[in-house]
Amino acid sequence: LALAGPAFADPVEDSLSIDTDDGTLDIVTTTAAPPHLSDTMDTIYSGWHFRETETRDLQRDDFDNPGMVYVDRALDSWNKAQGAKGESCAGCHEGPESMKGLRAVTPRVDPDSGALMTVENYVNECVTDRMGLEPWGMTGDKMKDMLALISMQSRGEPVNVAIDGAAAPFWEQGKEIYYTRFGQLEMSCANCHEDNQGRYIRADHLSQGQVNGFPVYRLKDAGILSAQQRFVGCVRDTRAETFKPDSAEFKALELYVASRGNGLAVEGVSVRH
Amino acid sequence: MTRQFWMAAVAALCLTTPVLGETTPTAVAYTDGAIETSLTGGPGDAAAGKTVMTTASLGNCVACHQIGTIPEADFQGDIAPPLDGVAGRYTEAELRGLVANAKMTFEGSFMPAFYKTEGFIRPGAAYSGKAPTEALPPILTAQQVEDVVAYLMTMTE
Ligand code: HEC
Ligand code: HEC
Ligand code: HEC
Repeated sequence: LALAGPAFADPVEDSLSIDTDDGTLDIVTTTAAPPHLSDTMDTIYSGWHFRETETRDLQRDDFDNPGMVYVDRALDSWNKAQGAKGESCAGCHEGPESMKGLRAVTPRVDPDSGALMTVENYVNECVTDRMGLEPWGMTGDKMKDMLALISMQSRGEPVNVAIDGAAAPFWEQGKEIYYTRFGQLEMSCANCHEDNQGRYIRADHLSQGQVNGFPVYRLKDAGILSAQQRFVGCVRDTRAETFKPDSAEFKALELYVASRGNGLAVEGVSVRH
Repeated sequence: MTRQFWMAAVAALCLTTPVLGETTPTAVAYTDGAIETSLTGGPGDAAAGKTVMTTASLGNCVACHQIGTIPEADFQGDIAPPLDGVAGRYTEAELRGLVANAKMTFEGSFMPAFYKTEGFIRPGAAYSGKAPTEALPPILTAQQVEDVVAYLMTMTE
């Protein structure tokens, strides 16, 4: 396939340091591909490298990052006595920093139940079993706010999801989905984010479709988005019947896609257009 | 019932049922990727084809191809070879085959098949994300395919 025209553009060469309340934090947005991808690509990039200068700049300072509003909102929720018997997250977990590290290793298989668990699944387990409430909607505001707060506790840590052992069958399922050409347009995730990374599909600069930045604040939606919500959009764009957020398929896919980003830093709440 | 109502009903029917004399997507015969005869039995309209090629919900060819003769379509993609001069590289029959189903010419092509209704994995009702409730129509009608081919045939340089 001949490369067409001058518009072909690699990821922008740039590096990300974030001004936070606790000083400057360096974020790994480019690194060597994990071993399981070594036949496919050498280097992995955060989606941050594929966005315009103005969009990238919004992520350099928490003061400018529109996603931080949701983190603040979640902190209120964390401290609030909202369980059936007045339980709060803080009552059992103390500060949100107790969640440090979790976002970098999820989705993961829970050793006790054998179930594949996303951050959202863990939250809902507490909401229902330990607080006696109805489950929070997987893509509802309460859940996504909490996902943002919990992800922030791992900001800067390298993504390191397990792909072997109990995770292996889920990972294989996710990989299979990643390479399946869905819908009337017959396109797989790999067709766009592997084969055509760096190219433009109309005005969209195709990234590697990494999830280390999730949840993302999306300027187009003026709101935050979970990884599986993004998957819904991408699958819909192939004129396909999508899977639902929290379906077995999308959970396996999230694990697989996360593993393609092993080594990139968790961005907490990133900004995309 | 009024005459107008009947005309509207007939027009609606035309959208879903193949027009008499058309080759349906499942009946198309490919010879080395090419389709010899017009899918409608008649010629296409190049001006209409140009619209199909730049409309996101229709051909959206500019999403992937650069088309120098349509500079007014901004943000043209660079996924696929530029289409300029394509009439010099392919015959009309080959271009018809490429638009209808490029996978018959380029095995495993990333280019969507615009006149195909079967063999998909989890097809949806257009861009709704939902399963279709009716038989899946091709992305482009036979007439639209012919219109696009007519436009491509004008691209001699
Ligand atoms: C038709 C092309 C296409 C297909 C197929 C596709 N995507 Fe995307 N995807 C895009 C575009 C365009 C964007 C927005 C630009 C970007 O970040 O690459 C995007 C963005 C994303 C992002 C956001 C990245 C970020 O940093 O914000 C993720 C994650 C993603 N895609 C995952 C997937 C997965 C998983 C699949 C398969 C289920 C998939 N995509 C299939 C076109 C596609
Ligand atoms: C009544 C006590 C209680 C309440 C209230 C509670 N949790 Fe938990 N939470 C637990 C226990 C116990 C665990 C399991 C710890 C373990 O297995 O190591 C847990 C585990 C978790 C985990 C997984 C942590 C990990 O590292 O595996 C998350 C995330 C979590 N809780 C979030 C929340 C949130 C958010 C709230 C409030 C909406 C909340 N919890 C409310 C007791 C509670
Ligand atoms: C999603 C991407 C995509 C879209 C949309 C698309 N194409 Fe293509 N097209 C390709 C690719 C990729 C090729 C190169 C063949 C290959 O390697 O598979 C191609 C090849 C072609 C060729 C052969 C070009 C040559 O010089 O060999 C023609 C003609 C063509 N496309 C016409 C069209 C028309 C007309 C439309 C819209 C009705 C269209 N394409 C829409 C991706 C696309």
